[in-house]
Amino acid sequence: MDLWYWITDLNNSKMVALLLFFSTFVGILIYLFSSRKRSERLESYRFIPFDDDEPDQKRQDGKHS
Amino acid sequence: MAQTPSADVDRSRTQVAPSEQYNYDIVKKFAIMSIVWGVLGMGVGVWIASQLAFPFLNFDIPQITFGRFRPVHTTLVIFGFGGNALFATSYYIVQRTCQARLYGPKLAEFTFWGWNLAVALGVITYMLGYTQGREYAEFTWQIDLLITVVWVAYFLVYLMTLLRRSQPHIYVANWFFMAFILATAILHIFNNLAIPVSLFSLESYSLFSGVQDAMTQWWYGHNAVGFFLTAAFLGMMYYFVPKQAGRPIYSYRLSIVHFWALVFLYMWVGAHHLHWTALPDWVSTLAATFSILLLLPSWGGMINGIMTLSGAWHKLRTDPIMLFLITSLSFYGMATFEGPMMSLKSVNALSHYTDWTVGHVHSGALGWVAMITFGSMYHLIPRLWDTQLYSIRLVYVHFFLATIGIVLYITAMWVAGIGQGLMLRAFDEYGNLSYTFIETVVFLHQPYVVRALGGGLFLAGMLLMAYNIYKTIEPVRREAARQVASGRTETTASASRA
Repeated sequence: MDLWYWITDLNNSKMVALLLFFSTFVGILIYLFSSRKRSERLESYRFIPFDDDEPDQKRQDGKHS
Repeated sequence: MAQTPSADVDRSRTQVAPSEQYNYDIVKKFAIMSIVWGVLGMGVGVWIASQLAFPFLNFDIPQITFGRFRPVHTTLVIFGFGGNALFATSYYIVQRTCQARLYGPKLAEFTFWGWNLAVALGVITYMLGYTQGREYAEFTWQIDLLITVVWVAYFLVYLMTLLRRSQPHIYVANWFFMAFILATAILHIFNNLAIPVSLFSLESYSLFSGVQDAMTQWWYGHNAVGFFLTAAFLGMMYYFVPKQAGRPIYSYRLSIVHFWALVFLYMWVGAHHLHWTALPDWVSTLAATFSILLLLPSWGGMINGIMTLSGAWHKLRTDPIMLFLITSLSFYGMATFEGPMMSLKSVNALSHYTDWTVGHVHSGALGWVAMITFGSMYHLIPRLWDTQLYSIRLVYVHFFLATIGIVLYITAMWVAGIGQGLMLRAFDEYGNLSYTFIETVVFLHQPYVVRALGGGLFLAGMLLMAYNIYKTIEPVRREAARQVASGRTETTASASRA
């Protein structure tokens, strides 16, 4: 109950915000980098822009280069 | 690879030309209008820059004086050039990365006409002297309502396309576009809360007043930079840099950290535009602190983009489109270093109310926003019309004109701003101001001439691009018209035979 009073006290809002946001950020980092399998799955998404590449590739050179 | 069985099945099922599989018509329209507004907006920019150096260019015509032309310039380049480029690229990217056709073609068509009508009406009303007087949000209340409706339609088109995707995962570029659409909606609505003078009046009063009004304005103003001019163009970057480089983004996990850190931090920094005003001191400090923190995700994103070329740096020697994209990221890095530095209260005491701010904005606007757009458009437009660029050499010329133009622009503004700031706060031994205001104005003349020259070079590059794109598209359109005509002739001939 004391903890609840401390959290709801507006004078502590800066510390509460810091704890909330920082722990969320650390949580995101842990989620992203803690598991090798998850990391591999996430990194596999890098290739999505190339998934429908076949019909219109290689158009780099101009007509009048 | 993000290959799932469903994605594989979908790909084999849809082995048709992308122009048939996806809605390219709407992307083409937005792409063309982006270039049209870009030429006009940058032209007006060079004109007002010249007016500051040579005031006779006002010609005593109220409609083209600096005060009215300045919002015309910002509206045309931000919402005309940038906005249309964002609509074009977001509609293209969402289709290509979701492998799904755009939802609601008529709704998408409405966003095109509605958005461009709003930009055109904005230009006309500013020149007639009607403005809300809120930076980057000068539109009168009726145009604000039109924009709100258009934006809801845009959100629906984008969201529904995401929902009908073939890919199980939503590619990170779409996260940035979604954040841009949602944040811009919130910003637009709250910044434009106003009471019209009457139902048929173009004038209105802001719902806020005093320091609250200033806070709302700059909460909007800096988040317009953060979400419209940064997050959305990062969406562009996360698709076109890998595509043009022919290799995937350096780190997908870094892009996720980049996204969440950026969208969280940007919302807090607007008050750094109001240092040393009636704003509470703690709000100023909070904004400065978050601005410094913002350097980390900004540079994370820049490094992620640039490192995509890791192992293939030779592409910079042979591909001017890649040059545009990578140089834009370099300017993004420079501007996002300079911004946090200027947000420090001590630095801001010198830089605020001077041309240093103008230089900083253009380092981001020309170097980052315009350069990433040029690179993306040069990649996109030949694919939309299924052709090749008319001239790669012209792209090179454009690149060097733009780069030299930006360098001249920002160095001139550094000289102008820092010099002006030092002069305005110089005191003699008795505590009197060392310089009169008019002495600072005289000092600014030469940097203003150099700035106009830099802007002129940038505009020349934009004109070259318009010419190059016209020569790229025109033969395709002519051929399509010829085919339609010959089809008609054959139909008529067979009908007369029958």
